[in-house]
Amino acid sequence: MKRRINVWTNIDWLTVVLYLILVFLGWINIYSAVYNEEHQSIFDFTQRYGKQMIWIVAAFVIAIFIMIIDSNFYSFFAYFLHFVILFLLIFVTLFGTEIHGSRAWLEFGNVRFQPAEFAKITTALALARYLSSQNVSLKSFRTYLWVATIVLLPATIILLQNDAGSALVFFAFVLVLYRQGLSFGVLLFGFYVIALFVLALVLEKLFVIFGTIGLALIVLWILNKRFKYVMVSALILAGSGGLFYGIDHFFHLNVPMYFIILGALVFSSIFYLIMAYWYKIPKVALLLLLLFGSIGLTYSVDHVFNNFLGSHQQKRINQLLGLSSDPLGAGYNVNQSKIAIGSGQLTGKGFLNGTQTKYNFVPEQSTDFIFCTIGEEWGFIGSFVLIGLFIALMLRLLFLAERQRSTFSRIYGYGVLSVLFFHFVINIGMTIGLVPVIGIPLPFISYGGSSLWAFTIMLFIFIRLDVSRLKVLR
Amino acid sequence: MALDTYAVRRNIIAFLIVLVALIFLVKLFLIQVVSSDYTPAATNNVVRRITQYPARGLIYDRDGELLVYNQAAYDIMVNPRHLQAFDTTELCNLLNIEKQYLSQKLQAAKAYSRYKPSVVLKLVSAETYARLQEQMYQFPGFFVQPRTVRKYKYSSAAHLLGYVGEVSDKLVDTSSYYKSGDYVGVSGMEKSYEPVLRGEKGVKIYLVDVHNRIKGSYQDGQYDKEAQVGTNIVSSIDMDLQRYGEKLMKNKIGSIVAIEPSSGEILAMVSSPGYDPALLVGRPRSKNYQKLKNDTLKPLFNRGLMARYPPGSTFKVINALIGRQEEVVFPSTTYSCHGGFYSGNFHMGCHNHPSPVDFIESIQVSCNTYYANVFKRIMQDDQFASISQAFTNWKGYLESFGFGHKLNVDLPNEVSGFLPGVDYYNRYYGKDRWGYLNVISLAIGQGELGITPLQMANMTSAVANRGYYYTPHVVREVKGEQRIDARFREKNQIMIDSTYFEEVIRGMELAVNGPPGSGSTARTARLDSITVCGKTGTAQNPHGKDHSIFIAFAPKEDPQIALAVYFENGGFGATWAAPAAKLMIEKYLTGSISVQWWEDYVVEANLIKHRKEEDETQD
Ligand SMILES: [Zn+2]
Repeated sequence: MKRRINVWTNIDWLTVVLYLILVFLGWINIYSAVYNEEHQSIFDFTQRYGKQMIWIVAAFVIAIFIMIIDSNFYSFFAYFLHFVILFLLIFVTLFGTEIHGSRAWLEFGNVRFQPAEFAKITTALALARYLSSQNVSLKSFRTYLWVATIVLLPATIILLQNDAGSALVFFAFVLVLYRQGLSFGVLLFGFYVIALFVLALVLEKLFVIFGTIGLALIVLWILNKRFKYVMVSALILAGSGGLFYGIDHFFHLNVPMYFIILGALVFSSIFYLIMAYWYKIPKVALLLLLLFGSIGLTYSVDHVFNNFLGSHQQKRINQLLGLSSDPLGAGYNVNQSKIAIGSGQLTGKGFLNGTQTKYNFVPEQSTDFIFCTIGEEWGFIGSFVLIGLFIALMLRLLFLAERQRSTFSRIYGYGVLSVLFFHFVINIGMTIGLVPVIGIPLPFISYGGSSLWAFTIMLFIFIRLDVSRLKVLR
Repeated sequence: MALDTYAVRRNIIAFLIVLVALIFLVKLFLIQVVSSDYTPAATNNVVRRITQYPARGLIYDRDGELLVYNQAAYDIMVNPRHLQAFDTTELCNLLNIEKQYLSQKLQAAKAYSRYKPSVVLKLVSAETYARLQEQMYQFPGFFVQPRTVRKYKYSSAAHLLGYVGEVSDKLVDTSSYYKSGDYVGVSGMEKSYEPVLRGEKGVKIYLVDVHNRIKGSYQDGQYDKEAQVGTNIVSSIDMDLQRYGEKLMKNKIGSIVAIEPSSGEILAMVSSPGYDPALLVGRPRSKNYQKLKNDTLKPLFNRGLMARYPPGSTFKVINALIGRQEEVVFPSTTYSCHGGFYSGNFHMGCHNHPSPVDFIESIQVSCNTYYANVFKRIMQDDQFASISQAFTNWKGYLESFGFGHKLNVDLPNEVSGFLPGVDYYNRYYGKDRWGYLNVISLAIGQGELGITPLQMANMTSAVANRGYYYTPHVVREVKGEQRIDARFREKNQIMIDSTYFEEVIRGMELAVNGPPGSGSTARTARLDSITVCGKTGTAQNPHGKDHSIFIAFAPKEDPQIALAVYFENGGFGATWAAPAAKLMIEKYLTGSISVQWWEDYVVEANLIKHRKEEDETQD
């Protein structure tokens, strides 16, 4: 009984109040976004605002329930819960209900449930559990392999459900790893892979292969400080390139330039390896592995983009990368979203007076584009207040995470913060045209039970852990 | 507590969070506070201004009979943004149009704007609309805009009533009121009373959603403007008389203009051949217009207002009045007439009549010799130093009768007619190198005179009034206004004493009512019950048979109607124009015709056939 009293007195009420304000703002803005004359009552359960109220009440019940559970429960069952969610994810991928092209939903009568939203929680728990265990440090390859398994497994399944937005959220955990000591080299490697990814989409394959070869030669020079090696390598490549080109030309084979250079590179690599062995030049094998890995990645990205992605995803990526600018096509929604927000001006049009969102010029105005209603009706002042509330919440979570004695709690806290931050950046960023349109909700604000419950559970587990921070010695 | 070497990274993470928030706030500040592009774009999205077209004013005749009213018609519109695949064959069948026309229109609409509606087919009838309405759901993107078209009770008076057509690009450019696709009065009263008849367009401002569905009024309708219905007008036309005139003129070319002398109100203005005003309404208008325009008999040409003829002997009335006012001729002045007027080698013929004749008899028998002498005296009047001065003085009288300039009636396209001046003869013969003999044909209304039937009827009205006229007009009342335009309420005084008019009117009375054998020229215009005063005329026509002309008013003492009648190629004035004038007078004053034979005589005559044969032989 003593413990339970401690729970209520040790709660971080500031976080709870910020949470309550955000949930309330979400509710009234959903009301405004889908307001119609026939259903004026905000408690009309046939309308989205009525339903959202039910979910809010349910979320409060869930939050209280979480506060009652013992704090050790979460770390103890972290792996188990993660397994359950992975199982559910696989289950819905095979047998789930398809909505908006994503096979990601479980349906119980009238209630729909999206396991992907909850995968974030269990991933954060499992990751915290793993990284907080003894003898685990982000210096061994084995650790990275496990981390990748915990994070990328759910992300991959979600990607297979055709819900790229939710899958991308798992990138957020990089922030957790960073805080836990992710090495600079790995981070750099990560950025390199992302850069390659983007360049593979933007540039011709031929430029990319020349670029990676050039980069490899520079790295060779940095590693050995011997300009001679660079010259010799380049000459061998040029020679075999000329040979291959000559053969192609002489026999009229008409092999594309890309494959001629690739062939020449493979041919040259045999010489490189022999010479490296002969002259005892270090790290050449690793460098070649990296080079061929990069080429393999760019090739497969290009292949996947053109053959596996849906046309609307291609359009959105093209839009973001500046490869197409069709105001009525993929950019139309962003443009309408900016019009709605921009027309709010400094003070906004007033509650229920927004026209752009209410009359459907903005798509998904109660879910992914809920920020448009806030921008239009409450103006810059309203936008400022909302962003201020999010910043306050995120900085508070950062503060709370840092004061944890338990590594598990701290890592979990960072997990919550990372996911929240990722949603915040992508969701608001896309409505004002700073990031591509990726359909993920604004935490606590957007319409939807799964999303609201998932974020509530995620947040309150951390609040519960924070309550018990002093008891844990580990 | 584990050793934490990476604690400093929390600061970097905090910095990252704040940095992103700042970037967002700067961007939000730029689009919400700094940029002024988004508010108009938002307004453009949701605000639709829908023009409210008012019903056009109605037109009544002088007895209160409704002549022109409105009928619903429908423009078929398309909004390219909402177009979906549809059965083109079925739509074409419903609208009775070619597939090619439809695809052409749809392409043009898309080229004009993807978001704004365009017209596919204008002014379809209520029947077509009713058929289409049931099938409308099959054609998303198409909708119907209600308009009105003019409807005419009678197929008469087309020139007077005029017609309504689409505004020209030029008018759209110069006017702040008209927008492309609006309708405007193009001719007749529809044109001259356009500002009264059209009313004022209104506008309703709506909020629409992304599918262009109306969601409500903008700002509770406080910027809406109600359309003002057009004002009704009462024409001075007597529709019974007008239709009777058109009946008389059937198969003839010419004109009848009848005026109420006491007010200047035009009772009838017949121009033959005419056309049915219903031809220039709605969709078939342009086709019919082309057909009428290409007709060699020029049915679109309003002869009453626009045709110029020499007045012939009717002009003797004017010269008689001027001669009396100038005191170069007196009631007792007599001239003998033996086959005409002789001066040296010059000879002007006259027809056979009792001789000698005095002033009143000269009008009764229409003696050319008498008026050659009168005109000679006017031109050689001692009080003027030269013929130029005498001629200019004479011309001044003519102008006071309304000749040589526009009368400024309330109808468009009125012409001035032509009066030769001193300059004209100076140019032709050399300065001061011409004498009265050079211009003597003016004595009997031949030569270089060009006078419209309206001007002639107006002159007759001035004679009937014994010296003044009111500017002729076709509208006697604009509903809701106290009085008509001031220019129609102002007396135009002729510079001749009213006593002289009595003498001339006596001559005109005798011309119609003189006993048989007295030489009266217009006995075919005589009525038993009404004293008609008139004067025949025969205008020489270089292109064919002379024009038959008659001017008349009645009754003599209290004139109710004054008119001028022209039958092109009708020969003598007494042959056709005089009986027609008589019938018009009797019809107007009594409402019936006493001698049916006369009506049949005029109605059954076909002077067009004759003219067409002439045209053919000339070719
Ligand atoms: Zn004579």
